[in-house]
Amino acid sequence: MSLIELNNVEFSYEEQAEPALTGIDLEVEKGEFVGIVGGNGSGKSTLAKLLNVLLVPGRGEVKIDGMLTSDPENTWNIRQKVGLVFQNPDNQLVATMVEDDVAFGPENLALPSAEIRKRVDDALEMVGMEGYQSHPPHKLSGGQKQRVAIAGIIAMLPDCLVLDEPTAMLDPLGRQEVLNTVRSLNYSEDITVIYITHFMEEVVAADRVLVMKDGRIIKNAPPDEIFTDPELISESGLEVPPAVELAAELRAAGLDIPQVLTPEGLVDVLC
Amino acid sequence: MLIEMKDITHIYELEEPVTALKDINLTIDSGEFIGLVGHTGSGKSTLAQLLNGLIEPSEGTVYYNGQDIFAESYNLKDVREKVGLVFQYPEHQLFEETVADDIAFGPKNLGLDEEEINKRVQRSLDLVGLDYEEYKDRSPFNLSGGQQRRVAIAGVLALEPEVLILDEPSAALDPTGRRKLLSLLEDLHQNMGLTIILITHRMEQVARLASRVVVMDNGRIALDGPPERVFQNQEYLQELSLDLPALTMILNRLNERGLDVRKDIFTLEEARDEIMTALSRRTVDKEKGLC
Repeated sequence: MSLIELNNVEFSYEEQAEPALTGIDLEVEKGEFVGIVGGNGSGKSTLAKLLNVLLVPGRGEVKIDGMLTSDPENTWNIRQKVGLVFQNPDNQLVATMVEDDVAFGPENLALPSAEIRKRVDDALEMVGMEGYQSHPPHKLSGGQKQRVAIAGIIAMLPDCLVLDEPTAMLDPLGRQEVLNTVRSLNYSEDITVIYITHFMEEVVAADRVLVMKDGRIIKNAPPDEIFTDPELISESGLEVPPAVELAAELRAAGLDIPQVLTPEGLVDVLC
Repeated sequence: MLIEMKDITHIYELEEPVTALKDINLTIDSGEFIGLVGHTGSGKSTLAQLLNGLIEPSEGTVYYNGQDIFAESYNLKDVREKVGLVFQYPEHQLFEETVADDIAFGPKNLGLDEEEINKRVQRSLDLVGLDYEEYKDRSPFNLSGGQQRRVAIAGVLALEPEVLILDEPSAALDPTGRRKLLSLLEDLHQNMGLTIILITHRMEQVARLASRVVVMDNGRIALDGPPERVFQNQEYLQELSLDLPALTMILNRLNERGLDVRKDIFTLEEARDEIMTALSRRTVDKEKGLC
């Protein structure tokens, strides 16, 4: 059984004539890193919200670890398994101390306080924010805030982290911090990651990438297949990472080089 | 020279005073396109707000067209009209019921007559690439993020500024929105003759559009020059937690590996030609047994 399973899902917002999502079939296995890209309004955020019952599909079904999101009895269990991280870190932190923010979820699970303490400390360590327990969140940088928000979800011991443009509001350092954190949670803790972004270079290392357009998944493939398909890229309003673009130019000029996705990869094949 | 900042220091008088700018001397000529970069908290936004008179510096003088904008005899309204400031996420400041009303808000405050206001609304919408008839009566809140941002920028353009300062204008836009916004800036600079100051973390944008890069660190100007020169300082920029444009990074690494390519190239085509030439040179050298 897959961790996440969507069968022929359709979702419409009340005020809109066209469905925001339609005909969505998707399976995600435990431990995968799946990138989602697509223009504004293509349905990426709606899809994310369906995964932890912020929305329930109008048609079709969403199953998390076999549990249907449409059954209200499952809501609590599903939200524990799938945590959502949003774009703006300032909207996600509520407490006056970092540790209180991270403890917010586990406290609602009514765990013993020693267990909460351990989970908070472990989670902060996993996102590289150990030692910040008693810091006020508003004094942290954007990247640090976002990592605290991630720690708050990790403290629930979820199976899956869904991140909706988590780096859109961050500077380059913050972006790198968050991306490294997410990659290491996926790699070392085997947490399944669904990563939505407008920055193509952030998903070149994903196991696979979904391209969304007009409420549909128009492609579901490994990154090298996606980013070397100029037609798909222009049809879906995306862009190609600079290294891929340069490699294509060099190939067109007659150089025989294999597919590359990163600057490092390109440099390696050139010399 | 259009703008001159002379010996500017700015301290925010908080519980613990914060020195946001220290000994800044900067001149900006009409028609320049400046990329203003620096990590979060380096002083970029404070600098921008001084330039249009939103905050007064603790020390030093800001001149616009030779006039001290904080002098008693100077009307600050003048500089705010001439220097348009587009904040981060400007769409958060949209508030009127229709797109046209929102854009008209600034010109109305200038006390212009209705005919002139309408003319400016039409022109500004036209400039940002939104059709006047199609958009004027729509609610700004039902537009896409990219369109909302264009409306917000149109609101600033309706003041007919000479200088446009934009703080991370492409943040959170999708690639198509980003591309459209950058070509809008290019157009405003090249065809409308606006002086543009672009604050951004995206070095590709700076490399592609700006003729001059000003790098801030800790309230001071750390580097100031054309992109070809500024982006040579790879190690220093990394120390300041700044990125290099992706092409620069690739060309630098090729050099480190011994492929002799120029590093001051910012377009794909030039980079391709440079690499092809260097590779063929290397092949010839190898055949001659030179390396």
